Amino acid sequence: MSDTTGHEKAAATTPAAQAPSDDGGTGRVASADTGRVAAWRLLAGNPVTLVSGAALALIIVLSVLAPWIAPYGINDVNVANALQGPSGAHWFGTDDLGRDILSRVLVAGGTSLRIALVSVAFAFVVGVPVGIVSGYTGGILDTVLMRVVDVMFAFPVLLLALAIVAILQPGELTTMLAIGIVYTPIFARVARASTLSVRVEPYVQVSRTMGTPARTILVRHVLPNITGPIVVQTSLSLAFAILSEAALSFLGLGIQPPSPSWGGMLFNAQGFISQAWWMSIFPGAAIFVTVLACNLLGDGLRDVLDPKQRTLAEQRRMR
Amino acid sequence: MSTPVLTVTDLSVSIGRREIVHGLGFAVEAGGTLGIVGESGSGKSLSVLAATGLLDAPGARVTGSSVLRGAGEKDGVQLVGASPKALRKVHGNSIGFVFQDPSTSLHPLLTLERQITETLETHRRLSRRQARTRALELLEAVGLPDPERRLDSYPHQLSGGQRQRVMIAIALACDPALLVADEPTTALDVTTQAQIISLVQQLQHDRGTAVVWISHDLGVVGQVADDVLVLRDGQAVEHRPVLDLLDSPQHPYTQKLLEARPRLGKVAPPAPEGEVLLSVRDLDVKFPVQTPVGKTVVHAVDGVSFDVQRGRTLGIVGESGSGKSTIANALTGLVAPESGTATLGGTDLFRADRGLRRRLAMVFQDPFSSLDPRMRVGDSIDEPLRVHGLPSSGTRAERIEELLGLVDLPADFATRYPHELSGGQRQRISIARALALEPDVVILDESTASLDVSIQARVLELLRRLQVELGLTYVFIAHDLAIVQEMSHDVLVMQNGRAVEHAPAGRLFAEPAEEYTRALLAAVPPERPGR
Repeated sequence: MSDTTGHEKAAATTPAAQAPSDDGGTGRVASADTGRVAAWRLLAGNPVTLVSGAALALIIVLSVLAPWIAPYGINDVNVANALQGPSGAHWFGTDDLGRDILSRVLVAGGTSLRIALVSVAFAFVVGVPVGIVSGYTGGILDTVLMRVVDVMFAFPVLLLALAIVAILQPGELTTMLAIGIVYTPIFARVARASTLSVRVEPYVQVSRTMGTPARTILVRHVLPNITGPIVVQTSLSLAFAILSEAALSFLGLGIQPPSPSWGGMLFNAQGFISQAWWMSIFPGAAIFVTVLACNLLGDGLRDVLDPKQRTLAEQRRMR
Repeated sequence: MSTPVLTVTDLSVSIGRREIVHGLGFAVEAGGTLGIVGESGSGKSLSVLAATGLLDAPGARVTGSSVLRGAGEKDGVQLVGASPKALRKVHGNSIGFVFQDPSTSLHPLLTLERQITETLETHRRLSRRQARTRALELLEAVGLPDPERRLDSYPHQLSGGQRQRVMIAIALACDPALLVADEPTTALDVTTQAQIISLVQQLQHDRGTAVVWISHDLGVVGQVADDVLVLRDGQAVEHRPVLDLLDSPQHPYTQKLLEARPRLGKVAPPAPEGEVLLSVRDLDVKFPVQTPVGKTVVHAVDGVSFDVQRGRTLGIVGESGSGKSTIANALTGLVAPESGTATLGGTDLFRADRGLRRRLAMVFQDPFSSLDPRMRVGDSIDEPLRVHGLPSSGTRAERIEELLGLVDLPADFATRYPHELSGGQRQRISIARALALEPDVVILDESTASLDVSIQARVLELLRRLQVELGLTYVFIAHDLAIVQEMSHDVLVMQNGRAVEHAPAGRLFAEPAEEYTRALLAAVPPERPGR
């Protein structure tokens, strides 16, 4: 830093206003308000984040409103009208039973998003505390918890989910539980790894020398400083949870027909792939767009949550 | 006068739209040393990297001229804007580099032989055998004991000073015309620093190498350089022969740098003898270390005893690994001592409850990492108050303002984040946080070691003022003897976990009783090199 300029500046000002500022850098006053404004500006300033956020918002709104805006009922069978390509009456075409694909994609969206959200929330709520405690405490507790996590990791994701679904009855709740359990160890690992690096940081040590209780340190210092990797992991997991649900439904173990789900629709479409491309393309595109939007939004959020990034963005704007 | 090995004229470096180095010019002759001095951010490394074609920053633009005339470049080679291929021919062959951190600049997975012979095989086309012979000579030249065996060892088997010797051997492998040394002794202890300095001087004398020595430390530069270039904000402030510069600095900035630099001879303002506040007896700290052959125990602190009187400062000085920081960590409860006692005003510290924690605060070395980057400065200062439930939240805001005032910072700093502050300001925040609970004893563990000299001088001044105003008792831990003398009333010298000497500051610096203390004092670069 240009320490000396600061000195001379400081010497020139009145003693009352004199800050022994060793750098000319950031002389302006930041307040809580500008922090929030800066966060929005940073979010808005990145077109990729903005577009992906808007896309995700649109998908969520459409999925929630699906029962009211869907042009047809999801189980309106009309065999005479089966396997029709996209047209004015049926924008996304019809399937082998003459059901409207647009309506089914919209309604299925609600199911898919609900499953992804609940299962990732489950994984987050169980995995992050386990990881933080394990990483911060160390010792035998850490070893035991991490070996359990290792065992869970050793199973291929789908195999574990299959086993859970097979034991319980297939259905929406079981699918949520299966995906949630599968993703828990990932959150535990990410949280633990980040905690390991944060716990040796001097600011944590300082806090310990003050006699701060461990749980306060975990909440006040560790958790905020590991948000970056965890936010990214959450957005990635949301995307993968949608894919997992699709895969389970594709295998016939997730959402049971006639309820629509994106994966289930793909499963249904595979028999007609050469005659009716629209049956697989539209649910497939829905999965693709949602997953991509989740991933891109996660990257943007990570920057917004970091006060340093906010300041940098503000400085860029001022220049 | 011979022709200079490196001639730099009108060198400017911009990154993005900002110009960082402005029209710099200097030259080094064979056998001569140019010292480049400046505080952090002055562009000293950047300009030399740019001049030698090693600058690799996105968006960087270098203009001006830098001509190298070595044994292989009789007509001179323009390094600014040279092609990567042309630069590869020069780097390692005609220019050798030594960087600051010897622990990261060596490849951890290759033996020393492979690392030294690499340049020889590339540039000199030596065979494996010839290169090994040459590597052996080099290790002998840089004074590494038992070079034959060392050739097959890995970097982690060497100490910091030995690694820096190897770096120098690598840099000199092809007998370069120019050696660039970027803060080569900053990460080393004083005694090791003195050895490295005399090694480079001797090698330079034998081989006639031109040296560019970059450092923030005027003491070191004064010892090695023939000419000194003082840099500030990318601009040359003063460029003169070293003795002229030290004896009669022309520019006010140089004068200020010379004034601010810690040097032996300044003493702490006297403090009256008082009651013993902190008393440590037979402190023993051991760390179990897992090695491939089983567990071993490192005896970090070995039976250390000392007393600190109220209102006075005990300086603890020693080289890295001497156990001085471990004492601080044991006192603050970060590590558990093996045995021994410590009492604060008669109460046992090691069996202390949280209430007693209030009376002992600590300020760490690194101002960049000792504040939580996600917390506003005010919240950081507030933390100890909140942990100990002191005073109610309404008055806490006033207290934070008061504490900021105490360290000469305006109240609006409370709403800033640490990354918005400079190093000196952050360290002031750390001090304010340490003072929040009105402690009796403040432990300062290398608290000014990572600050620039002028900032360091101001923080030390602040600490001395606070000591008098608040009647504080300090345990001042540092590796820099001059600073310890400036701050301490009593001094404890540590070596390998043991207390070597413990005496009042005046006596210890005037007539050190122990051999090790004398060696430490002798290794401090003299204020004015005698030639």
